[in-house]
Amino acid sequence: MIYATYNHYLNLIILIVYLKNKFEAIGDVTLFSWRFFKELFVPPYELKEFFKQCYIIGYKSLPLVVITGFIMGLVLTLQSRPTLVSFGAESWLPGMVGLSLIREIAPVITALICAGKISSGIGAELGSMKVTEQIDAMEVSAINPYNYLVVTRVLATTLMIPILVIFADAVGIFGGYVGMNIHSKITLYRYLAQVFDSLEFLDIIPATIKTFFFGFFVGMIGCYEGYNASNGTASVGRAANSAVVTASLIIFIIDMIAVQITDLFF
Amino acid sequence: METQIHEIPTQNEQKKEAIIEINDLQKSFGKNDVLKGVNLKVFKGEDVVVLGRSGSGKSITIKCLVGLVKPDKGELKVFGEDIVNYNLEELNAVRVKIGFLFQSAALYDSMSVRQNLAFILQRHRKDLSAAEMKSEIMDVLESVGLEEAVDKMPSELSGGMKKRIGLARTLILKPEIILYDEPTTGLDTITSKEISDLILDIKHKRKTTSIIITHDMDCAKRTADRIVMLKDGVIHTEGTYDELAKSEDEWVNAFFK
Ligand SMILES: Nc1ncnc2c1ncn2[C@@H]1O[C@H](COP(=O)(O)OP(=O)(O)O)[C@@H](O)[C@H]1O
Ligand SMILES: [Mg+2]
Repeated sequence: MIYATYNHYLNLIILIVYLKNKFEAIGDVTLFSWRFFKELFVPPYELKEFFKQCYIIGYKSLPLVVITGFIMGLVLTLQSRPTLVSFGAESWLPGMVGLSLIREIAPVITALICAGKISSGIGAELGSMKVTEQIDAMEVSAINPYNYLVVTRVLATTLMIPILVIFADAVGIFGGYVGMNIHSKITLYRYLAQVFDSLEFLDIIPATIKTFFFGFFVGMIGCYEGYNASNGTASVGRAANSAVVTASLIIFIIDMIAVQITDLFF
Repeated sequence: METQIHEIPTQNEQKKEAIIEINDLQKSFGKNDVLKGVNLKVFKGEDVVVLGRSGSGKSITIKCLVGLVKPDKGELKVFGEDIVNYNLEELNAVRVKIGFLFQSAALYDSMSVRQNLAFILQRHRKDLSAAEMKSEIMDVLESVGLEEAVDKMPSELSGGMKKRIGLARTLILKPEIILYDEPTTGLDTITSKEISDLILDIKHKRKTTSIIITHDMDCAKRTADRIVMLKDGVIHTEGTYDELAKSEDEWVNAFFK
């Protein structure tokens, strides 16, 4: 796909610039993330906080994801239509839209929206807890703040963002149907049949796997930036801001790695 | 040895048991040598006030005592054992016996007062039933005089009330040591006086040992059994309030004007 190739060259450039500037930070993030796996299975299990975060992260982001998903499907259909029509290949339109949505657009756009909404929210929340010594207060009460704050949130994003992506896929495909019907008449049944005809199981697997990584990093980067906010209220804003920037970049990087691996194996 | 045999173990004798012993505590941040060898003993049942200019390392000293800050060098004996090289598990065992009142009170602002207190009980007193937890919470709120605030959010509380709730939260595990970081800073004179009285009240009722960091000389006068003064990273002077008030030292004197 033209879109994908261009996108991935751009990503490579961004990646190189990013790595150069952030070498130290990468080590820190890695250590911080490693702790997640060490503490994931260590009691106490903060189930209540985990479900609360699932509600906030999953349910509360749903409207935004649904609206953007719909628009993506609609716009993608309308934009691609003239090209396909000029080749006399209009019947490929549902299949193409479905494929682009499920393989690339819905996962990436949803993850980016979540970076903007969730990473920044977590960054600001934990950042202000850090600055007002609430995290220290947990520590001196012999409560593990990493377990309570980070493990719950990262687990919630890792599980909720794939689900949000599935919603975005579904609504996006429906948006495509609406887009199709602006210029021509097609029944929903035929439209869906055409979408699923062109979809293979192997399109769905890598696309789904990468959403778990997106989810993990959306949560992890927000937590990292917040948890490591320095003192002073200004650093709360900075934590939220760099959470969005870093999480967005990482989403592109993962996407690029994912496409290479997919090329290799599928 | 011989002299000790003849001494009757009086209250005085018990008082000499050092609960906290800080030896040659050093801490730098980059080129900023904040603590350059602090030595301090706090005896059982004693309230020690630490005075010093802001930025002199008072907070860092007590943060070292609960393992929030790792010292560069020195010995920190709490209940007779050096905690510097403790792992997290050992440290947590000590932390539950120490209350720490943060300067900002540090209430969890997404939780109500009740949840702030329950948060700790649920994790450390799993033996308690829901009803027992509730009564523990009301008891501790009563001892800081704020039972009516139980269902309020931290954002609805005044500065003085936040300090009280913060204090309630440090008291809920019945600590033997309480570390107060500027308990009256930012409060009006009347509220400050109430907090100072509360500190005294806690000491008498709960037989706790405390380190109190303050700039408030009225609070120091009310609460201190002994005052130590931190200057240039070491303990500059120590004594009772009255002794230090009469000091010839110009720097010391400036605090007592
Ligand atoms: N995390 C930190 N990083 C760098 N410097 C710090 C840090 N915490 C405290 N300091 C410095 O240590 C000094 C003492 O701080 P502190 O103990 O908070 O002073 P105070 O006596 O007012 O409580 C200050 O100069 C402060 O700038
Ligand atoms: Mg201080």
